[in-house]
Amino acid sequence: MTTAQSIDQMVDLQRGTIARTIFSDEVIYREEQEKLFTRAWLMVGHESLIPKPGDYFLTRMGAESAILCRDKQGVIHVFLNSCRHKGMRVLRYEQGNTPAFTCPYHRWTFGTDGRLQTVPQFKELYEGHMNPDEWSLVEVAKLVNYKGSIWATWDKEAPGFIDYLGSAKAHLDEALNHRDGREGGSECIGVHKWIFGANWKFPSENFAGDMYHAVSHQSVEMVGIGPSAQAGVKERRDDELLNARLLHVSSTEGHGVISGLLPENSPHKPTFQGNPEIQAYAEKCYHERKQRLGDKARLVGLTGTIFPNTSYHARQPRSLVVWHPHSPTQTEAWRFFLVDADSPPAVKDMLRRYYMRYSGPAGMTEQDDMENWYYATEATKGAIASRYPFNYQLSLGVYRSDDVMPGNISPQTTEEMARGFYRAWSSYMKDEDWSHLLGHHLPKKMLNDNP
Amino acid sequence: MLDMNRHLQIRRTPGYFALKQDVEDFLYRETELLDERRFEEWLELFAEDLVYFMPMRRNVRHGYHEDDENTKEGQGISWLEEDKWTLTKRVEQIRTGIHWAEEPLSRICHIVTGVLLMDAKPDVVNANEVVVRSRFLIYQNRGETENYTLIGKRTDTLRGVETGHGPDWRIARREIILDQNVLLAKNLTAFF
Repeated sequence: MTTAQSIDQMVDLQRGTIARTIFSDEVIYREEQEKLFTRAWLMVGHESLIPKPGDYFLTRMGAESAILCRDKQGVIHVFLNSCRHKGMRVLRYEQGNTPAFTCPYHRWTFGTDGRLQTVPQFKELYEGHMNPDEWSLVEVAKLVNYKGSIWATWDKEAPGFIDYLGSAKAHLDEALNHRDGREGGSECIGVHKWIFGANWKFPSENFAGDMYHAVSHQSVEMVGIGPSAQAGVKERRDDELLNARLLHVSSTEGHGVISGLLPENSPHKPTFQGNPEIQAYAEKCYHERKQRLGDKARLVGLTGTIFPNTSYHARQPRSLVVWHPHSPTQTEAWRFFLVDADSPPAVKDMLRRYYMRYSGPAGMTEQDDMENWYYATEATKGAIASRYPFNYQLSLGVYRSDDVMPGNISPQTTEEMARGFYRAWSSYMKDEDWSHLLGHHLPKKMLNDNP
Repeated sequence: MLDMNRHLQIRRTPGYFALKQDVEDFLYRETELLDERRFEEWLELFAEDLVYFMPMRRNVRHGYHEDDENTKEGQGISWLEEDKWTLTKRVEQIRTGIHWAEEPLSRICHIVTGVLLMDAKPDVVNANEVVVRSRFLIYQNRGETENYTLIGKRTDTLRGVETGHGPDWRIARREIILDQNVLLAKNLTAFF
């Protein structure tokens, strides 16, 4: 059993060091399952995967199988995918439509609202001493459809999702809102699922805003696979943030994001130059967004991690990914690819091809990340190696809480988002109350504070 | 689904066996180029209008396999839906020497077997287009102890061409069925 003291020794944010053992230790992993994944808001899918009553999508929450479905009345539910009788999965198909979930073991049958509907030979074998109303599928305590993405938590004490997002909200919106600035409107066009040998925290902290790992992706930048590559532009995406101020935002809730803030009145930069039709569509969206959002349109999202294990790419490419813990040293990644549902077919077709060559295990960018996370995880196991902590001192202490947007914002490349992530992680591991988990007690650091 | 009738309609004449052997030779030559890391020469085996497609395979209810088991070409997300341009980019990336997922290079061995001619146009003797089915086993060994085994089926459309060395085949279409659901490899850097 870990203690609060040992957690603070492992995660020393004053000094900027983190013990390697938290990336491979069995006990830590087990406690993460019990203390963290049972409380935090987790992403489980997208509304477009279950458009009609009776639709289901097999999902995961942490290391456990779960069901995202829409009942006959159209209400969205998330259940643990486990029969209440002897535990067998009641759903074994990935996506589809069903009147009910029937367990293959003893044929207990649950409605799409989770209620236990039929039990074979109920009258003869159970009546009088078993109340079916008490044996519904285990349902999450709260769920939310946030601009099409579905999130859930097992903790009935958890704050509402907007409070949970805190200062990360405006940045996550960059991934979920329409390219023309309208709210929501996205469609999930497919899900990559793969397992790789790394602890789930490596990819989570990476997407929280590691802008220091450019060398990892230098090969794909040199080769050029972006939406303008066929027009001769190198690099892996259009550089929409070339003249922007990069905002490195650590939110006290544990989220970390990178967005860009474009200068006022900056001219439109051409994007998607590989195809004139798509370039024109992107430009149209750019101007509509500017008209709709005004000054707020200066914010352009890049990447982020919503604590603990959901990351996003906001624009090029555009997706949400959940880094499900699979074992202390294995992560099961589920990457959900998004397009605007009403975008022209040619745009959707170009985007999906771009997503496939960029992301996932066959993606020319993401492959190099996986190599790093795999061997970094390997290096947390050794008796000698584990005596030496990882270094999280990049731009230590360089941030302010009273910048242009909410959150602790660093003006330079930093590991402040990783430090914020592990501060929240420590708080969950110490079983603290929600006010502490959200970091509401933390002091703010103003520009004019003494260092 | 593949048209097995078409396969069965091809008469087992000497011309059929000569064509089959020729196609097998071509496929084995391809594995040699790949396993010897002669990627640029490998790219030359593909037609300019190449379709190189690897769907994901899903767990579906009995009776729905034909419609829903595999993700579809031209729609949504698959593992790979490439053309010759992207395949060329992948080779260029390896050649930068800093594509860490293939640096240092993996040791890869392709085993191709179960070759079946599914179609030959206009006929086996004068064929200028064949559809060939095969099984593959790709063994990938990486770093010191990383091991991946990727097994599945391919369906290729080969087109007859004239080259400086005489008649040869070019791969115009390759569909790769990898028999996994959640991918049990951290990366798909091997070529199929």
